[in-house]
Amino acid sequence: MQFMLLFSRQGKLRLQKWYVPLSDKERKKISRDLVQTILARKPKMCSFLEWRDLKIVYKRYASLYFCCAVEDQDNELITLEIIHRYVELLDKYFGSVCELDIIFNFEKAYFILDEFLLGGEAQETSKKNVLKAIEQADLLQEEAEVPRSVLEEIGLT
Amino acid sequence: MPAVSKGDGMRGLAVFISDIRNCKSKEAEIKRINKELANIRSKFKGDKALDGYSKKKYVCKLLFIFLLGHDIDFGHMEAVNLLSSNKYTEKQIGYLFISVLVNSNSELIRLINNAIKNDLSSRNPTFMCLALHCIANVGSREMAEAFASEIPRILVAGDTMDSVKQSAALCLLRLYKTSPDLVLMGEWTSRVVHLLNDQHMGVVTAAISLITCLSQKNPDEFKTCVSLAVSRLSRIVSSASTDLQDYTYYFVPAPWLSCKLLRLLQCYPPPEDGAVKGRLVECLETILNKAQEPPKSKKVQHSNAKNAILFEAISLIIHYDSEPNLLVRACNQLGQFLQHRETNLRYLALESMCTLASSEFSHEAVKTHIETVINALKTERDVSVRQRAADLLYAMCDRSNAKQIVAEMLSYLETADYSIREEMVLKVAILAEKYAVDYSWYVDTILNLIRIAGDYVSEEVWYRVIQIVINRDDVQGYAAKTVFEALQAPACHENMVKVGGYILGEFGNLIAGDPRSSPLVQFNLLHSKFHLCSVPTRALLLSAYIKFINLFPETKATIQEVLRCDSQIRNSDVELQQRAVEYLKLSSIASTDVLATVLEEMPPFPERESSILAKLKKKKGPGTVSVTDLEDSKREGGELNGGGERGPDTAAMASSNASTPSPSADLLGIRSAAPVGAAPASAGSLLVDVFSEAGPAAPSAAVNEDGFLRDLEQPTETCDSLLVEGSGDSDSAPPSEDPAPPLPEADELLNKFVCKNNGVLFENQLLQIGIKSEYRQNLGRMYLFYGNKTSVQFASFTTTVSYPGELQSHILFVQSCSCMFRNQYTSDNWDTACYSTSPIFAH
Repeated sequence: MQFMLLFSRQGKLRLQKWYVPLSDKERKKISRDLVQTILARKPKMCSFLEWRDLKIVYKRYASLYFCCAVEDQDNELITLEIIHRYVELLDKYFGSVCELDIIFNFEKAYFILDEFLLGGEAQETSKKNVLKAIEQADLLQEEAEVPRSVLEEIGLT
Repeated sequence: MPAVSKGDGMRGLAVFISDIRNCKSKEAEIKRINKELANIRSKFKGDKALDGYSKKKYVCKLLFIFLLGHDIDFGHMEAVNLLSSNKYTEKQIGYLFISVLVNSNSELIRLINNAIKNDLSSRNPTFMCLALHCIANVGSREMAEAFASEIPRILVAGDTMDSVKQSAALCLLRLYKTSPDLVLMGEWTSRVVHLLNDQHMGVVTAAISLITCLSQKNPDEFKTCVSLAVSRLSRIVSSASTDLQDYTYYFVPAPWLSCKLLRLLQCYPPPEDGAVKGRLVECLETILNKAQEPPKSKKVQHSNAKNAILFEAISLIIHYDSEPNLLVRACNQLGQFLQHRETNLRYLALESMCTLASSEFSHEAVKTHIETVINALKTERDVSVRQRAADLLYAMCDRSNAKQIVAEMLSYLETADYSIREEMVLKVAILAEKYAVDYSWYVDTILNLIRIAGDYVSEEVWYRVIQIVINRDDVQGYAAKTVFEALQAPACHENMVKVGGYILGEFGNLIAGDPRSSPLVQFNLLHSKFHLCSVPTRALLLSAYIKFINLFPETKATIQEVLRCDSQIRNSDVELQQRAVEYLKLSSIASTDVLATVLEEMPPFPERESSILAKLKKKKGPGTVSVTDLEDSKREGGELNGGGERGPDTAAMASSNASTPSPSADLLGIRSAAPVGAAPASAGSLLVDVFSEAGPAAPSAAVNEDGFLRDLEQPTETCDSLLVEGSGDSDSAPPSEDPAPPLPEADELLNKFVCKNNGVLFENQLLQIGIKSEYRQNLGRMYLFYGNKTSVQFASFTTTVSYPGELQSHILFVQSCSCMFRNQYTSDNWDTACYSTSPIFAH
């Protein structure tokens, strides 16, 4: 995979993950162009299209478009399922995920994505394992928090 | 539900995000952001050292602002500081920041790499994963340099946790992609391949991507993976859906892993080992069989996963291209998908069939679906699906269905998307030429192409039709008639005028007998379009007119009248003016014999490859499937076009061939020597042959030394515009420090070089300086030759050429070594020539 973009129906980018080195300017241009192209497509059209020299696989979930750019030899259907798996992960983590969740917890969305895909390839395809990894990280987080608030409570910091 | 999720809330961040969302306008948003930026800046600069939580919060805010689309130029240092924190969340945010906002400051890079190194050696799997993720996300050369040797070790070490192994595998993949030279697999190869047997499916999933990429670059080293991959695949394919538990996706066992295994196998030819091959064929058959079974779930995810494996398996079957029954089964399966309810499946089926069409085993099977494909072309609502259908028609075209397919493509072209028209035009042109049994059909097709999509008909296409018409006597009359009729349309495309002008100019006589297309009628028809055309077309038409004068003497007066009028002979375009003037003169002073010889019918073009194919390949990129590959083996002799694919850069050829001699030089030049690729006279530089690969190389500006020396004229003039210093000092020569005074005719001598390229520039008793120069378009080269007129050798001979300031940037000054040479008067020949300077300048 070369990159993944999540954007709203108004064209606001909610998440952008780039797996190829590109300058900032190029990224902005690509995002702009691609978002326009996809928003222009009608609902019944197929989920794949050719854009520049890439294949684009996209799907809309509620108000968010999930869009991946893959190379010529990549399998489109499996990419569609990658998107679906990612949505499932978000859904399980946030509990009935909606766009707002992704907006307010954008860093979590990136963390979850990193556990699932790395370098553009699927890393761990078991939903259970990915969620377990995230939960472990959260636990570490809470452990770290506890001493702080206790100290604060006592008034020592 | 928004805001606070598990773990820490970073309240401040949530508030900030809410504020931004509540901004009513872009300006308000920018204002709020700037306020926050100022706040963060002051906090970072402040005296009080920030605690980890605050730092994390601010860095996260900066990240959010950046992701909104604003530039951030600070915060990197603080993010790097977060990396060294022991708190997981702080590290996490720090890593996220630097992965997203990559910075090329070397000091920062050093610190980042340090932090990563610490985390990698920390033995804490979560920290190790964070570090590996960061490397995979950034993948910079500096990171590759620092960690490329470390990561393989982590990958294969026995005590590495599975999750870390997964991350290490893909991290290594990323580094390999960006800096392949730094990732040396050598000693790790066998152990990496062995990961295919790992118990943990996640590790296998990750490792496979790495192995696939490495196999593509080093197939021999990794070929042991093939049998392992086959056994893994067959275990998965034959497993019940309860076996793989977590890795079963909507009742499909390990779809991602299956697809990756099938991809890996596509890097290699079919396995030689019989047992392995047998197992693999069994696998593929199972997959094909499963496609026929009723689905286990109604969910689209189930069918997508199942079909993903199916399509990948079909790709593998096509890649092997050696099992006829598998190929036919694959084709049938795809045929079923062609009419599936789901658009996605129809799209993919069309795409896969394109590759299938080029295999000799399945070509016939593909052809049976032609009606379905044509229907798809006509009725599909989605333009990308229609495009795929057009591609497939192109791929499946052969002699038996060429006429039908070309007709369908032409009618599709009338309503096609503008972005794909040029490619379609090229394809139709190629097909028409390749499968033309009857060349009049070919001519019709091309003229139709021009009529329908004239703007997208590139030069290669109409050059080709003219080439073919000229080479085939039987179609010339038909071409002339058809073109004549086509030109009568009220609004005809300029390309049509070009083709028409050329063909009528050559073959108008074939239809001149009919009063409806008498010479004068033809001329008037062409001339009626004249003023609508661009300069190159008009140039072509002028050439056609002079040809008419030759063919039809009764039109001479009329045409001369046209040539004589001011808009021609005083035309602001040099080319047109020159042609008008010269053609006019030619028609007046040349006898009929001379005229006939000069304007004799164009000789047949030598057989050569079609450059249209090259252009199409260039457009589509290297992955294009070519019909002609298949046809090569079936090609009959005598066809005009070749089957092979070549890729000469036609633009380069065109520019190198398009010299600008005047038309009169061409007219005479072509009679005396007709080298391949010489510009045919009448059309001037328009019909320059751009096809020939074996065309003349770019004009060589090498100096023919002997030729030059013979060209040197008797010294009678000199010139003092070049400052030549230090000449003539030799040991026993008659003392003279200064050059002898230049001969009186100095000033006029320079004028000679307005018309001549070669000659003597300067002469006195000691020295003769000659010039030879040559020019092509905007480049020129000048050689200066120094001749010793004395009987003794020059010593310490140096030259300096100086030139006015503004020329300096345009001149490339090359000085070659000089050597001593003899006098032309004491010996019969120049022993060695001395060329000391040759400025090459562009003007």
